[in-house]
Amino acid sequence: MEDTLANIKRGERCIITDVSSIHIPLKLLEMGCLPGNYVELVQVAPFHDPMYLNINGTHLAIRKETAMHILIKK
Amino acid sequence: MSKQINVALIGNPNTGKTSVFNALTGLNQKVGNYPGITVEKKEGVCKLPRGVKAHIIDLPGTYSLNASSLDENVVIELLLNKNDKDFPDLAVVVSDVENLKRNLLLFTQIKDLEIPTILVINMADRMAYKGISLDLEYLQEHLKTKIALVSTRKNQGIERLKSLISNYKDLSISHNIDLTEIDKDYFKNLQNTFPNQLIYKLWLVITQDVNFGKTDRNEIDAVANFKTKSKSDLKRLQQKETIKRYQFINDVLKKGQTIDAAQAKDLRMKIDRIITHQVWGYVIFFIILLTIFQAIYDWSSIPMDFIDTTFASLSEWTKNQLPQGTFTSLLAEGIIPGLGGIVIFIPQIAFLFLFISVLEESGYMSRVVFLMDRIMRRFGLSGKSIVPLISGTACAIPAIMATRNIENWKERLITILVTPFITCSARLPVYLIIISLVIPEGRFIGLGYQALTLMLLYLIGFGAAVSSAYLLNKVLKIKSKAFFVVEMPNYKLPLLKNVAITVLEKTKSFVFGAGKIILAISIVLWFLASFGPGDDFKNAEEITFKEYASQNISQEEFQQKVASHKLEHSFIGITGRAIEPAIRPLGYDWKIGIAIVSSFAAREVFVGTLATIYSVGSDEEETIKNRMAGEVNPILGGPLFNFASGISLLLFYAFAMQCMSTLAIVKRETNSWKWPILQLTIMTLFAYIVALIAFQLLK
Repeated sequence: MEDTLANIKRGERCIITDVSSIHIPLKLLEMGCLPGNYVELVQVAPFHDPMYLNINGTHLAIRKETAMHILIKK
Repeated sequence: MSKQINVALIGNPNTGKTSVFNALTGLNQKVGNYPGITVEKKEGVCKLPRGVKAHIIDLPGTYSLNASSLDENVVIELLLNKNDKDFPDLAVVVSDVENLKRNLLLFTQIKDLEIPTILVINMADRMAYKGISLDLEYLQEHLKTKIALVSTRKNQGIERLKSLISNYKDLSISHNIDLTEIDKDYFKNLQNTFPNQLIYKLWLVITQDVNFGKTDRNEIDAVANFKTKSKSDLKRLQQKETIKRYQFINDVLKKGQTIDAAQAKDLRMKIDRIITHQVWGYVIFFIILLTIFQAIYDWSSIPMDFIDTTFASLSEWTKNQLPQGTFTSLLAEGIIPGLGGIVIFIPQIAFLFLFISVLEESGYMSRVVFLMDRIMRRFGLSGKSIVPLISGTACAIPAIMATRNIENWKERLITILVTPFITCSARLPVYLIIISLVIPEGRFIGLGYQALTLMLLYLIGFGAAVSSAYLLNKVLKIKSKAFFVVEMPNYKLPLLKNVAITVLEKTKSFVFGAGKIILAISIVLWFLASFGPGDDFKNAEEITFKEYASQNISQEEFQQKVASHKLEHSFIGITGRAIEPAIRPLGYDWKIGIAIVSSFAAREVFVGTLATIYSVGSDEEETIKNRMAGEVNPILGGPLFNFASGISLLLFYAFAMQCMSTLAIVKRETNSWKWPILQLTIMTLFAYIVALIAFQLLK
């Protein structure tokens, strides 16, 4: 089932299927946010924003608005 | 003289690059700025075998050569500019053994620039803990490099790194990646158009919005105009490039690195469940804040009092020891107090940077940024602005220096501009004396009115900072990419050496940077208060003598009257009188005017100046207070310091930009007089208007 990364739930391990390269900073891609890599939600701040993720072994936080442009599947 | 080897130290943030730099150079380092921008430039010298010296530049941490901040621009500008005097003979790429895959991305990019490159795999002491083993021979062969396995914590591998540096001529300069495979037509066309240039260099020039210094400018401009593809196509190519690099890295690591997941422990996840928790995260942050406050207010007051009395007695001693005259007066009343005014900030600055560097080194700061981002964003600030805003309650100077952590220039600039609204410790003496004069002692549900007023003033300061941030965010048109990506590094025990060097460096840069300006201003102020035009100033003693001849006053009192008379007719006194018409609507007289004018050097001067003007010999609060309470408003009659003028003064001090040192630091951090002048005018004008309204409504 496809969904955006903004809707990932804690403890789920998903695979990134697509990133919209216009909306996603190159820096994020370079940190490992690429199709095929796994992603996991570690923690969220209040209002589900920002999101603290583990992408392919890299731990990072991004804002929800960015996560909406990343597609994942379970 | 033997030739120096230029070494560029490059690496991702949080790889312990600075630890490697400190291990190589020790205290042989200096911190400056890159010309024209405020990015810190750290350089050092490392002695190698056979008398060779390596000149090492610690470049700002970056995830890749695709720059997204000023700091990162510095890296590619240097690496692409062969004529730069710092252009490296070799690059040392520092990576973290736990994040090797991601760290190697930057490594492959540097290799493509055909710069001899050494790979440092740092934090080797954590390999067993994480269940990682490496086949170094295999990695060296396939990455076409030499590897130094280093642990700065255990002091291992540094010697090998040094010997690799001295033998840098043996390093291979061949590529890891063939860029043309990404888009054959495009890259072949590019290479044919500029046959003498490196393909990756061309590609970087095309994709970056960087100002590439002065070298081979014409050619580079021509390259930048090689636009056969749209922006989004270029970005798609960059994405393909990134994927390609990762494919290469994955292939190499598949054989070169084994990770035994069963042995790996991940403490970070467990700690972060609590530290970044929606409730507990904030509670813990609050407790840490309280501790820092306590340290900055309480603990640093001991050395600060000591410094204060030392300089006061030094000044007294100078006055008594040297023959009387202008020079002695300049030394005792201008230079020594001026130096004291610099030195007195050292304890607070040192404490603040001690805490900040421990929080950063440990990795906790990224968690605070994560927790606060959403709240700060509403006001045009970033999660990263919280640190300077908190520090501002001690002193705006170190707070503004702490904004360097904010990569986004617009968010950083807004933070710098609004930080002076935060109630700093220099406002406190002014608040305390005025509150005790004009606010009654009664209580409201158990809380004293006076304490409530003080708390209200803190809230007003914070409110002013946050709401002006909101406005600035709407008004300022600065193009800066507003994305937010924060790495959450592993928790680490801070290295004492790193913390000590940070505290030392920041303190030094304050003393020598802002210090010069503070000193100059104190000398000017001394001059303005010690000299005056006309006979009134010159014959102060005679005039005072005549005036008080009939009264029986002591010698000491007489001297104070003379000093008071002199001050009134000195340049600064004349200024006070000159501005009186402007401040009368606010409920002040010329004496308060002088105190305000001299407060522009530093707010805490207010109380001392009033003490001199009212010719009260001692600085004791009670005495000045009684004297102030007895002052009569020359026009309206009644006490000068009443509720209306008191509130007006409090509000004026809450909003006005009255701190030369802060202005000096803002100039240094923004590299332009525009912002400090803007701050001075707007804040002071706003303070004036608010104080005016307050007085006119309340009188």
